[in-house]
Formats: sequence, structure tokens, C-alpha cells
Amino acid sequence: MSDPVALRSRAEQLAAPFPPLLAGARHLAASVVLGSHGRRRPGPGDEFWQYRQAVQGDEARHVDWRRSGRSDLHFIRQKEWQAAQSVTLWVDPSASMRFASDRKLPQKGHRASEMALALGILLIHAGERVGLMGHDLPARTGEVQLMRLAEAMERPDSDGEYGTPEAREMPSRSRAVFVSDFLGDLSPARTALTEAADRGVSGVLLQVLDPQEEAFPFDGRTIFESMGGGIRHETLKARDLRDRYLQRLAERKAELASLAQVAGWQYSCHHTDQPATSALLWAYSALERVI
Amino acid sequence: MGLFRVGKGDLMLIIGPIGFTAPWILLGLIVLPILWILLRAVPPAPIRRRFPGVALLLGLQDEEHQSDKTPWWLLLLRSLAIAALIAGFAGPVLNPEPREPGTGPLLVLLDGTWADARDWPRRIDRVEQALSEAARDDRPAAVVTLTDRPEGDLPFRAAQSWAAQLPGLAPEAWAPDGAVDWAEGLDGGFDTIWLSDGLAYDWREDVLAALQDRGNVRVFESPRPVYGLRPAAFEDGAIALSATRATAGDEAAVTIGASGLDPNGIERRLAEAEMTFPAGETEAALALSLPPELRNRVSRFEVVGTRSAGAVSLTDDALKRREVALIAGQDDRESLELLNPTHYLEQALEPVADLLDGGLSEVLLANPDAIILADVATIPDGQADALEEWVEAGGLLVRFAGPRLAASDVSRNDEDPLLPVRLRAGGRSVGGAMSWGEPKALRSFDAESPFSGLTIPGDVTVNAQVLAQPDPTLSERTIASLTDGTPLVTRKRIGAGQVVLFHVTANAEWSSLPLSGLFVSMLERLAISTRPAQLEAEELAGTTWSIDQRLTAFGQAEEAGNLPGVSGEDLAAQVPGPDTPPGLYAGEDRRIALNVIGPETVLTPAVWPGNVPVEGIVTTEERPLGGLLLSLALAVLAIDVLAALWLAGRLTGPRAAALVGALAVLPMGGEVRAQETTDEAFAVDVTAEVTLAHVLTGDAEIDRVAEAGLSGLGEVLFRRTSVEPAEPVGVDLEEDELALFPFLYWPVTADMVRPSDAAYAKLNAYLRTGGMILFDTRDADVSGYGGTTPAGRKLQELARPLDVPPLEQIPDDHVLTRTFYLLQDFPGRHREGGLWVEAAPPDAEAVEGMPFRDLNDNVTPVVIGGNDWAAAWAVDDGGRRMFPVGRGFAGEQQREIAYRFGVNLIMHVLTGNYKSDQVHVPALLDRLGN
Repeated sequence: MSDPVALRSRAEQLAAPFPPLLAGARHLAASVVLGSHGRRRPGPGDEFWQYRQAVQGDEARHVDWRRSGRSDLHFIRQKEWQAAQSVTLWVDPSASMRFASDRKLPQKGHRASEMALALGILLIHAGERVGLMGHDLPARTGEVQLMRLAEAMERPDSDGEYGTPEAREMPSRSRAVFVSDFLGDLSPARTALTEAADRGVSGVLLQVLDPQEEAFPFDGRTIFESMGGGIRHETLKARDLRDRYLQRLAERKAELASLAQVAGWQYSCHHTDQPATSALLWAYSALERVI
Repeated sequence: MGLFRVGKGDLMLIIGPIGFTAPWILLGLIVLPILWILLRAVPPAPIRRRFPGVALLLGLQDEEHQSDKTPWWLLLLRSLAIAALIAGFAGPVLNPEPREPGTGPLLVLLDGTWADARDWPRRIDRVEQALSEAARDDRPAAVVTLTDRPEGDLPFRAAQSWAAQLPGLAPEAWAPDGAVDWAEGLDGGFDTIWLSDGLAYDWREDVLAALQDRGNVRVFESPRPVYGLRPAAFEDGAIALSATRATAGDEAAVTIGASGLDPNGIERRLAEAEMTFPAGETEAALALSLPPELRNRVSRFEVVGTRSAGAVSLTDDALKRREVALIAGQDDRESLELLNPTHYLEQALEPVADLLDGGLSEVLLANPDAIILADVATIPDGQADALEEWVEAGGLLVRFAGPRLAASDVSRNDEDPLLPVRLRAGGRSVGGAMSWGEPKALRSFDAESPFSGLTIPGDVTVNAQVLAQPDPTLSERTIASLTDGTPLVTRKRIGAGQVVLFHVTANAEWSSLPLSGLFVSMLERLAISTRPAQLEAEELAGTTWSIDQRLTAFGQAEEAGNLPGVSGEDLAAQVPGPDTPPGLYAGEDRRIALNVIGPETVLTPAVWPGNVPVEGIVTTEERPLGGLLLSLALAVLAIDVLAALWLAGRLTGPRAAALVGALAVLPMGGEVRAQETTDEAFAVDVTAEVTLAHVLTGDAEIDRVAEAGLSGLGEVLFRRTSVEPAEPVGVDLEEDELALFPFLYWPVTADMVRPSDAAYAKLNAYLRTGGMILFDTRDADVSGYGGTTPAGRKLQELARPLDVPPLEQIPDDHVLTRTFYLLQDFPGRHREGGLWVEAAPPDAEAVEGMPFRDLNDNVTPVVIGGNDWAAAWAVDDGGRRMFPVGRGFAGEQQREIAYRFGVNLIMHVLTGNYKSDQVHVPALLDRLGN
């Protein structure tokens, strides 16, 4: 992670092939700020929606005289109701994300930041407001926000072994994206998701794993250490542990999926040896999905 | 198993065929079980890995605990390595030789004869063994060969110091002389080891007795049989070979090889035959029938597979080609070859003899083996005397009759000295249109006749002959006659020589004899019987011979160098010795072979008294095994490293890849084949279409221009003619095969590196086989041809080793001027320079009415000029001209002519003198019309 500008340019490259993301806004609250999202219904906005025959009670100033002049009836020109959505990103900043099994593979955290920022670019280009959890960056829109996001992601501020999301930073009825390896204790994530569901926040859980974590290609007498060095486990025959490790990993994934389902979120797992675009495409469509 | 004390107090432990020089170290083997337990207790070191997934591992227990101990096979491997180390340091020796130490000086005596040569290396091995034993016992030793004895006392010195001298010892190709005196002159006490050659000599017993006076004598003899090959001789038209062996054992077959120069001058095996010694016999014989062409080439016979002078028999003049002079009565009958009096003689003798041409007087100077006079009646007096002298000295004069002899008065009343019989006038003719009777056939040959045994074909008939006058000597001089008894061939001996008369012509006019195979056989019998194969002491008396080729004891012929001459008497004794080494001796007019085995030589095995121990030369070499065991230990340890890595799970990823890579590097064969296939692909590529080529000069710019020039020319050819060349190719004279290209453009630069000799050989082969090279000095100044420019001088230097015919400036009617376009000058970027091509033959004449001479019948191999054609032809990738030529329209015209010259040149290369042949078109049309 050299510098913010480089990170952003990489993220821009990643985001380039996508059309502007039109995130579905599920509940339109009064608090929503007007944005470029058509609500497929008449309301305050800039874009023309439809002509409607004037009925009793319509103010005369709303009558579109140009349209009405072509017939005997009066028409009122209505505009599409547009609203912008708030999306809160969380990228796990912990030590465990700084792992890469091969020199050719990116670190997990690197890949996570890149994808989160790409998502942010897409959203901001679509007129959404994007914030970053844990960096005191509330959701805002605009290019400046993108720059702030990129800078914040360059600053890993946690020395913990495994990261935890904090749900209280999310505005209610907004959307959220959590990117992490979810290898640590799951209970903070569970709490965060429950709270998010309570606030009406829906979103995406994206698990980023290294291929070695998926394959466990170890053998012989080995001492495994966490990235921070705080946790260690010694085995005399690593190969024997493989099946049980893989079983635990599968259980972990299943648990994440069920958590997401209960909270009305979407869950997917991404590996760093696969292209980031497919995972981004998935996150893109998951955010767009309207319940 | 046992303990022995060897040398000075060294203990040696011997188990079966293996001994240990330092047995105490073997006690280290006791440590092995302790090592086993130690190794077993220490598990392999763990690897530390950073792994985020460790959180998921927490709480997992190992199911089995086996791998905390080293596996048994790894323990075994390590124990094996340690055991090999211990055993290796204990000094193991295979076939140890605990010998009773002797005392006092030791004489190692070799016969050093040709019979020793058959297994000389084994003898030297045995000597080495004896010397190392002596060295172990601290005995001084001396090594002596009987054929090369040292002067004075025996050279006893430390046994080790002889080792350096052993390779210099060599056997000689003769038996020792004066050995008895030498042996009896020795004094002091010493033991002897005598390596005998296995043959009996008259001095053997006395020398043995003299040596036994000095101390113990042990004798070693090799069990390999001794063969001797006797000189080859002619018997009944075949080569009679006989061989002898020392011991009459079981039936044994040996292969006899005949070697000599082949027509290319390379020595090779010309024939091989099997010769079998019957069981219990010491003699074997073989009749080898070879075609005369082959027989004349044989220079030596040998027993194949035996390296010994006795198994080689050099051949001398007895088997060589004869020199035969043919002289016809009438040379001016040039018209018909088949009527030529000597035609059949030439045909018959050409393969088996060297034919001499010339008049009688010149031929006599050359002293041929035989002179054949075909229908020569009178011989001028001076020449007749010389001829008679020559015949008396052993020459063979063969005369054929004919119309001239029949018409002349030669030998009519008195017998001509150079004719065997008196002749009747006119001869006779039988079976012709004007005579009665049938043509006569031949009577079978008498036993005394040199032709006896030859079968007479039924179709050999005689129509005419000259008749002999009946004389008392006629019957004994007749060696062949007709069915009615009239002599056909008569012979008279004069001195050492003889005169033979065929009463018919040498061509088919008078008889059909010259047409038959019998004629060839008769000539062969006559020519072969010219010289006796045996040496006569009287004949050799007073002559001096110089040795030409010397036969070594190993049976190899080598140049003799400057050895003093040998008198004929010594040579006639036929005993090889230091003064008369076996080999090929050259005298004034003949060569004599002196072989180790004479015609009478008999080989008999040596007989030793019962009190002398005789052993075979079998050396069981002591072989120290320490190095072998130590390297085995090293190899096992290397395997252990790999195994340990694999056990610890570290033999993955890059390490495994590196290992596999290291193994893959070992076989290196694949790449060479790839090279070959690319060569082949290159050849297929450039020969699929006509490919113009230019010589790479090493100057990148000039090479680029040359290539662009040829591709420009190729484009023009493509557009205007049916020649459609591929992209031009740069040719490296050193590397590439030239034969693939019909045409080479060679721009000459002043600083081009001279090609190697191999490259010149290729170039010459290329020119001889129809290739063409266009030399371009690119300086327009070659017309002076004085080497006035640097490129011109370089051209002279480059072309000097080339096989270039005489050149001339291109004549107006050269075929190059009209192979495609009609041209009179040949400009390139310059237009002044001339053009040099192969000179026309001096006798080329223009036929009346034809515009051109009938010039040389092939493509000129080189064209030399300096007009920088490549620059005029050159186009770049976009098809644009690369260089300007001249100015304006005139320049373009010049470029066009340059292209036309190129087209003509390539056409000349590809179609040869086709256009030149067209001068015959009117004549051909004329004939067709009629």
C-alpha cells in the first residue's frame, strides 16, 4: 500500500467497467437527501416523470400550460422522486488481514481495501453517499470524500489480531458493506449484525481469504502463529489437522451465511488468488437488490 | 577370517576377499546401537509459520504421536551412513595379498620379443605387481628386457623408482641375441622373476641355469596362444597363406585379414577369411582367391585380433601390379577402336597392370615387367639389342602376329632372337570364304604349359594364323596349340626372361580368342610368372637396401626414418635382428619384405625343468575400497537430507522445483536434437522456393543493403519472370550449408574476416557443383584489376584459396548478355566498372552464319564486378528505392538496366547455357524440315 493516490488509481481501474451503481433504496425516509436515484414514483426531483390530468385541489401554479394548451384538459407535470442512499463501508484493519501466502498474491487487507474503495467509487459516481466505519468518516458524497476514504484505508489503525465492526456508526435504514476474513471471534460481528438489523440497515458481508487458508497445505511438525504473534498452536503432524481445520472453516462460513440471512444481509467469500472484479460484481448486484 | 601381520608390523584383518588395514577403527561400529537410540529420541525440528487461520486450530489435538520420533527407515539410513564411514576409514582392501616377504635384490626379466607383444600390457601389469611387492618388502629391483639389455651391471635400485620407466618398455620384433653370454656374465645374488614369451629358444636353458646360480627363479607364462603368419605366395592363381602356432591344442579358427590402400588411398581391410587349425596340429593353410584389382592392393596379411609382429606378413613385389608396355605396329589407324590392335589388350590389362605408353626406346628406359608387341615385324637394330638385353635380365616379351608379321621376312630362315620359332611365309587361313575346312578350336593345355588348368570355351576359334617352321625345339617351345596340332602360342627362354609369341592377332581379326575370358586368364598367367617370389642370395649379393617401412613388435608398420642401408647378403639371410628389423626394404627397382616369420619358421613352446615354478600371468589387483565406502556414506547422507526435508514437510514449492530442475538438467541430450531439427527445417525452408542468398560480411550496414538489394531484385523477378524467389537469406560461410542456394551475392569489404579453411572447402565444393558467386567490390574500380582499391585487394586475398577458373572480361557474345534481356553493359549504382566471367575456351569459334560463338558449356562459377548492384536493386520495407542512382531519367534508366542485369544473372544461374544452345535452333529446324 504505497500511497493513497496509487490505491485510488488502482481502485478506479477496478471500478471502470461498471455502470453507475443504482443502489435500491428500500425505505425512503424523510431524512433522505435528494440524490440522483429515481424512485419510480412521482415526487420531488429534477427528472420528468409523467403528465397527470389536473384534479380538484391541484394548485394552479402546478398546471403545465404548454401541455394543457394542446388539449381541452389541464395537465400537471410531475417529476420523479429521487433520493440518495448512505452506504457505510467497514474494512477489517487488523493484523490478520496483512497475510499473503505467496509473494505473487496480494495481502488480504490490500485486496479488501481495494474492493471496498472500488465499491465506494461506484456508489459515489452513482450519487450515493459513502462513509467508512472506524475512521470517523460519516457518509458523504463527492470526489473529496473518495480521497478521504482512500487516505483512511491507507492508515491501518488497529493492532488487534482480528477486527470487529461497530454497528453504532451506521445511520438507520442505510446500507453497509463489511469486508473481513472473519477468522477471529464471531460474537462482535454477530452483535453488530443484530444491531444493524434492528436499525433497518441491510448490507453485504464479504469474506476475503487467502488460498492457503482454504487449502491448509501443511505437513510435519509446525508451530502456527497468528500475524501479531499473540496466538500460537503447535502440532507434530500438521497433515492430520487438515481435515478438522477445513471442517471448522466450512462451519465458520455456514455460520456467516446464516447470520447474514437472519439479518437480511448478503454473504459471499472471496479468495485473493481470484480476480477482484467477480467479487465486486457480486457486491454491486447485492447492493442493488431491492427487497 | 584372520589377523595377519603385513610389512613392518601393520596388522591386517581379513574377512573373505576383503581385508582391513586399520581394523581397530571397526570398534566404532559398537557405537551404532547407541546412535540409534539417540537419533530415535530426537524428533525433527519444528517449522514456525505465520498463519491467520490459527484461531480455527486452537484446541485441536494431534491424533497420533508417532512422528515425534524419527521413522525407522531414516534411522536405518543414517546408521548405514555411519557404518559406511567407519568401515571406509578402517582401510578396506579387496583381494589383499599377504605374501611371504622375500629378501635381497629382485630381477624382473622379460624376453621382450615379438611374441611378448600379444599381451604386453598384462605383462607390464605383472611387472608392476612384482615391483610393488618388492617395494613393500623394501627390496631393490631391476627390470630388464632381453632384447634391450642394459650395459654393465644390473641396475638395481628402489622398486618404486621403476614405476615411471615401465611405460617406456617395449618389446622388439626379433629374438634376443647373445643372451647366454650376458646371463653368465652376471654376478651377485638375486632372485629372478622371468616373464617368458612362451617360445622355445636354444639359449633358454643356459640362461635359466645362469640365473638359478644367482638365486630363486620364478617363471610366468601367458596362456594365450602364439600365432605366426608365414609370407603369402602365389599358387595356382590364388594366394596361399599358411600359419603356425606354438602349441598344438584344440581346433582353433583365426581370421586372416588382408589390408591395403583402397582407391581413395585410405588403408582398410580388403578381405577376410577364416583359417582353421585342426585339433592337434600346429599348421594351418588357406588359399585366398582375390580379384586382381584387390590383390594388387594388398600390402599386408595379418591374424585379426593379435597384436604381434609374428601375426603380420608384409607383402612385397611378389603381389604387386606389373608394368606392361603396349606397342602396336600401326598407330595411325585412328578410325575404329575395335580394330585397334591393342584395344583388347588394353581392356584386359587395364585392371591388373600399369600400362606404359610410348615408343620402344622410351619404354625400355622405364624397365617394365613386360612388353607386348602387337603385330610388330621388324625392330630397329639398336632397339633390338636393348630389347634383348632387357629380356635376358628377366623381362617378358609377348608378341602377337598379324598381317605385317605374316608379310615380313622376319625369322624366315634363321630364328630371330626375339621370336621363339621360325615362321613360314604368309601364314594360313582356315574356314574363310576362300579356303576349305572349319575354323580351328584350341586343344586343351599340357601339364607343363603355364596355361594348364584353364578351361577352354567352345566358341574360341582361329581363322588365320602364322605358322611355325617345324624345328627340333618346336614341340618344347609350344605352350598352346590348335586341335590340329599347329602351335598357337610358343615360348622361348632367354636368360632370366622369355619371349612369347601368339600366332594370332591381338584383336579379333584372326581369331575370337581376344573376345574370350580365356585371353584374360592367359595374359594373367603370363604376367604373373615374370618374377620369382623367392629371394636368391646370389641375386642380392652386392646390393644395398634401405628400409622403407618398419614393422614394430606390435605388428604396426611405421615409417622407418633414417636407418642405415642393409647389404643384400644380410637381407637374404632372412633373419630379423637389430640391424635388419622386419619391414619393407626398397632396392633399385623392387621392394622386398622381411617378415618375422619366414616360410620355414616353426614355433615350439618353451619347456621348463620341473624345479622351476611356472605360473600364469594373472594379476589379482589389490583394490582399496575406502574411497568407495566413503562416497557411499556421502551419497546416503545426501539422501538423508532429502528424506529429512520431506519428513518435515519442507520439500515443497520452490525447493521441490529446484530439486526436480537439478535432476532435469542431468540429461542434456534433448537440445542437440532440437538444433538438428531446426537445421533440417531451415533446409526445407530455403529449398522450398528459389532462395537468393548473400554472404554475411560482418558489416551490418552492408549486410542490410545486400539483403534489401536481393529482395528488390526478387520483386522484379517475381513481377517480370516465372522465377518467384522467396525472401533472401544471409549466409554465414562458417555455419550454414551453401549447397541449398543456387546463387550467392558476396559484397567484398576491405575489413572482412578471412573465412576458415573449412569454409573455403565448402565454397570450393559449392563452386564445383554448379553454384555461382557474384563478387561485388562496390567501388567501380575493378576493371583495372590491379588491386588498386582496398576492396580489390581484399577480393584478391579472399579469392586466392578459391577454385576459380581463368577469367576474362565479359565478351560481347557471352550468354549473360541474352539470357532474358538483351544487354551490353551491366551497371549497378556505378556504371563504369567491367564484369569478369569464366574465360571462353581458346578454340571457341563462331560458326558461319551464327552471331555467337559456341561458348563454354556451363555456368560461369564466379562473376566479379564492382558496380554495387545491391545498392541499385535495394528497396526498403515499403517498396521504395533506398539509394539514388544517377540523375533524373538517365539514372532511372540505369537502375532499370541494373535490374535487367540481375534478371539475366539469375536466369543464367537457373537455366545455364540454354540461350547459348539456341544457336543450334536453325540447324534443328532445318533437320526437322527434312
